[in-house]
Amino acid sequence: MAIGMAAGNKMAQVWLYASLRQYTNGKTHLQVPGATVRELVQGLVEQHPPLEEALVYEGDLMPGIAVVVDGVTSNLGMLEPVEENSEVHFLPAIGGGSAF
Amino acid sequence: MLDYKPNMVLSQKEYQVIGTRPRRHDALDKVTGFARYSADIHLPGMLHARILRSPYAHARIKAIDTSKAQTLPGVKAVLTGKDFPKLEARIADTGEGGPANVIFLSNNCMAQDKVVYRGHAIAAVAATDPVIAEEALSLIKVDYEVLPPVLDGREAIKDGAPILHESLSPGRPRPADQKPTNIANRIEFKLGDLEEGFKQADIVVEHETHTKAVHQGYIEPQSATVMWGKDNNLTIWSSSQGQFMVRDQTASILDMPVSRIKAIPMEIGGGFGGKLLVYLEPVAALLSKKTGGLPVKVTINRTEVFEGTGPTSGTHIKVKLGATKEGRLVAAEAHLLYEAGGFPGSPVGGGARCMMAGYDIPNAYIEGLDVVINLPRSAAYRAPGSPASAFAMETAIDELCRKLNMDPLEFRLLNAAKEGTRQVTGPVFSKIGFLETLQAAKDHPHTHAKLSGPYRGRGIASGYWPNASGPASACASVNSDGTISLVEGSPDIGGTRTTAAMHVAEVLGLPVEKVKPTVGDTDSIGFTSLTGGSGVTYKTGIACYEAAQDVKRQLIQRASTIWNVQPGDVEYLKDGSLQHKSDPNLRMTFAQLAGRLNNTGGPIVGRGTVNPRQNGNAFATHVVDLEVDPDTGKVTILRYTALQDAGKAIHPTYVEGQMQGGAVQGIGWALNEEYFYNNEGRMMNASFLDYRMPTSLDMPMIDTVIVEVENPGHPFGVRGVGEVPIVPPMAAINNALYDAIGVRLNELPMTPAKVLAALKAAQSTNGHRNGRR
Repeated sequence: MAIGMAAGNKMAQVWLYASLRQYTNGKTHLQVPGATVRELVQGLVEQHPPLEEALVYEGDLMPGIAVVVDGVTSNLGMLEPVEENSEVHFLPAIGGGSAF
Repeated sequence: MLDYKPNMVLSQKEYQVIGTRPRRHDALDKVTGFARYSADIHLPGMLHARILRSPYAHARIKAIDTSKAQTLPGVKAVLTGKDFPKLEARIADTGEGGPANVIFLSNNCMAQDKVVYRGHAIAAVAATDPVIAEEALSLIKVDYEVLPPVLDGREAIKDGAPILHESLSPGRPRPADQKPTNIANRIEFKLGDLEEGFKQADIVVEHETHTKAVHQGYIEPQSATVMWGKDNNLTIWSSSQGQFMVRDQTASILDMPVSRIKAIPMEIGGGFGGKLLVYLEPVAALLSKKTGGLPVKVTINRTEVFEGTGPTSGTHIKVKLGATKEGRLVAAEAHLLYEAGGFPGSPVGGGARCMMAGYDIPNAYIEGLDVVINLPRSAAYRAPGSPASAFAMETAIDELCRKLNMDPLEFRLLNAAKEGTRQVTGPVFSKIGFLETLQAAKDHPHTHAKLSGPYRGRGIASGYWPNASGPASACASVNSDGTISLVEGSPDIGGTRTTAAMHVAEVLGLPVEKVKPTVGDTDSIGFTSLTGGSGVTYKTGIACYEAAQDVKRQLIQRASTIWNVQPGDVEYLKDGSLQHKSDPNLRMTFAQLAGRLNNTGGPIVGRGTVNPRQNGNAFATHVVDLEVDPDTGKVTILRYTALQDAGKAIHPTYVEGQMQGGAVQGIGWALNEEYFYNNEGRMMNASFLDYRMPTSLDMPMIDTVIVEVENPGHPFGVRGVGEVPIVPPMAAINNALYDAIGVRLNELPMTPAKVLAALKAAQSTNGHRNGRR
């Protein structure tokens, strides 16, 4: 299914913490279509391919990256539903080490 | 003056069990010595293992000769890093410790080609007797190529510094032209326009702080007993902050399915984050396998705990704050360097995320670096990362308040984050209780008490911790005698077994003594994430609440069957009895119904499996009075008050205990504790005799004030309470010390020698004796 179709043109506002902005030409917020976090990530990666390695691991959200939707830290990761005009943040883990 | 009305001050809801102070279920076993810890395991044919550790902080292993050790009578197995499975790089989630490469996890248990800290495990021996195992270690010959160590993160990031690992990169994806570096991760947060923010500032302060590695101070050293069964299944008895964490990390390191491992949680003699990583279980497992399945126990001593397991990180932090002359924070900038030890994984993420969370700051920038150095790999320690960054932030705020000539509580009340505040890291806060803790501090008699006399000072500081959640499971079985057997999955560090039981008792209207809680092993209860993040009473509490609701639903169904009525006609009363809504003659107590289950449809077992996500945020404010001995520099804590938003205190005594314990650990961190290394990376104080932790004789009574701003994400309003009380003490004491002597120390611990030197320097330059406002 094409990105945006499942979302019914819902547009969430995605905030990327500053470390990720090197992959988005410095953009801090992006309007991305999607009804779930997975669709948002797919949309982000389509626009900015290097984000995939920063956000995705074995098809799921990168361990150590938390996703916060409308102020609440998700427990569903990629499956988390996103409402129209939701504010979505990707944040680094409390433990800060790189895995590689 | 506040322009905001607190969303709620104190919980007014009435409960039967929640908020009471029953005796903990494990009290008798604990005080009589019957509680069984991991070192208490004794099995037939059990062998004892000892570990050979590196005498060098940085060295390449050229060869290991174990031949003589293997021939020593009584030796049954010898293990080196070459016996560990060769792993592909893969990420394992270590909970509060963050993500970790399984290769690093494995190498931290036993070095492969290189040692990266003194105390790094090199080899292990299993023998019939611990003395024989110890003797065998002395027969192992290791040929090292000694390398120069780097022991300070600031040196480690310089060009030409010795490199620990060739593969590290501060960012992902790893650039193709990435040079070898000791920076394992770099994170940044930006909000607003920093430059513009500082232009708006009338007052600017700049500040730099340094902290050393400190130990969690758990009393019980790590111990593990493992048996590799004939069916190739493993049984592990160990003390940890998560039996599922032990199972999963061991499975990753040994490259085997989790279903082949049964991890049995023993009682735990303290953890505070230090028992979130496995060190011994894979070692004992492989030794057991080599012996054909004999059980192998390995227990380490205190020196090994200090040298071979993880303390928290040392840190170096620069902070710059700007405020208007009215006291409004308008800009903040911070650069954090956290020393990870020999492998990546410092809590710099926690430090960066927490540092400015308490304040409404429109323009901010935070940079955090995770840097490897040749010291033991850091581990989580109570609110990992936050205490060090709070030390920098809260002392800088104190500086700012002095320049503004503004009361520090009024400053915080003016700038405090509240519901709707956007954090510097991005998300907007939901309902939080920071303002309420500040107001409680402002109202407290301690704040208004006169403090007189020379060399005495008062300081305040606040702290934040986001709390964590995770999956949790609970199983409540109704017994025929009217009791409940409750099995849950969270190892009990702070009395959580009883708070879990209290959730069930409250729902079912039973005395808590009627609920018998047990922490299950990995084959006896569903997956439960580790005991950390101040999350147990929250997540496992909700699992227990759901299990009890499940029991209640089934009891109503059963009563309706017995009475031949519809379930909707039956109600469950607060006293734990059931009755027909319109026929008062149809009534049974919980115990009466429990006694009839087997003949009326079978047992009733309630289940709760959850992964709740509104874990609530925790804020604390501490007030401290102290006195400095001008002749020795010794600091004496005169009075200490800790105030904290607990959401809803399920068992107030345990909440108070957490607040007091956190404060005491923070006081030790502030005044005494540090890993003291020589230039070769050897820890010079690797015993509790020389690593000076506070005792009861050093402490005054810690006064506590529980503020209850209910968390809407928990049925009773719980927020995590265990970690945030260690966040404010270092800054509060530093601020009080400045108040007492007029000198700002910027390094922990603030030992008598440092205080005395600072006092003399101040007296010789400006005659300052007292910095009181």
